[in-house]
Amino acid sequence: MKCRKCPGKAVLSIPRHNTALCSPCLTEYAHAQVERAIGREKMCTKEDKILVAVSGGKDSLALWDMLRKLGYQADGLYVDLGIGQYSIRSREKAEAFAESRNATLFTQDATPDESIGIRELADLVRRPTCATCGCIKRYQFNRTAVDQDYDVLATGHNLDDEAARLMGNVLHWQQEFLEKQSPVLPASMEGFAKKIKPLYRLTEREIAAYCVVNSIDYIVQDCPMATGSRLLVYKEALNVIEQASPGSKQSFYWGFLDQQRKKAKSDQPSISDQDRATLHPCEECGQPTSATICSYCKLMAKAKIHQKVS
Amino acid sequence: MIIHLSQPDRNLELQGPKQVKVILKELKIVAETVLVIRDDGLLTEDEMVRDSDSIEIRPVISGGA
Repeated sequence: MKCRKCPGKAVLSIPRHNTALCSPCLTEYAHAQVERAIGREKMCTKEDKILVAVSGGKDSLALWDMLRKLGYQADGLYVDLGIGQYSIRSREKAEAFAESRNATLFTQDATPDESIGIRELADLVRRPTCATCGCIKRYQFNRTAVDQDYDVLATGHNLDDEAARLMGNVLHWQQEFLEKQSPVLPASMEGFAKKIKPLYRLTEREIAAYCVVNSIDYIVQDCPMATGSRLLVYKEALNVIEQASPGSKQSFYWGFLDQQRKKAKSDQPSISDQDRATLHPCEECGQPTSATICSYCKLMAKAKIHQKVS
Repeated sequence: MIIHLSQPDRNLELQGPKQVKVILKELKIVAETVLVIRDDGLLTEDEMVRDSDSIEIRPVISGGA
């Protein structure tokens, strides 16, 4: 198969764009999509300090690589979730990436000590492991971005992530989540960092291919806790549809974003207005929450009680 | 040919030569969910894999929360 942009040999076909690209053109395409996402959604500028949420997986490492190559000031934060060999290996990948590029990587532990892992925390609060993990990561990434004076927090969410999440939110008509499913969330009030998703125009397959052609060594194994997660079920369903009808994932998510943009032009309250009306500082940590004590502090309080008992 | 698959890690053998798209179809794998890699290079669906080749079919789908 020939590259559609130059005389080179294609390494990846992209049916949704009816194209196929060689290694250099694939890299150029990925960079262009990220630049377009950043520009179109007014995500950040090259003067901004960006903190990238790094997991050691393909998306976060590709994002960090692209931002740095495009001239953005991007540091990384890795949160160790204490998931046995998976966390050890993913941390090694993140640290090796940073070291080889002379980039700054912060590392933090998610749990109060080594005796309690993410699964035990999830059991304590009787919530799914992925939801508990998400709560901790969102808290620690946001808090570090705010405390360390970063202008923007960037995550590696891609088109597949966003389309699958949209499918879940639509299937269950979770209106409040739908309204916040944007590639940019503003720093709506004190305590919130601005959050951006510069990979929302690229699929997981395109990002994984970017890693291979750019020699980015990422952890291929998926998180063992994600087995059976509903997000994976939605992704599987969407990929079957995509195979039969290329472009379906992007038209689903991008079409939703177009609708949201039209809605934003109407006189409905903005995300910032809604946040300021419903959120206030947590009594324990001061981070924004809709309750008296935020979910993270409740979780950590239960973990501490557990430690005293055991 | 030897095919390395992940999650869980395992190898299987198929008789070659075969086109990548034929291999994926025989293994009932949706092309959108994987990359096919030979000697650190990506293979497109039309490429032929020889009987003496070793390839990796790498999943690209990840996610939890």
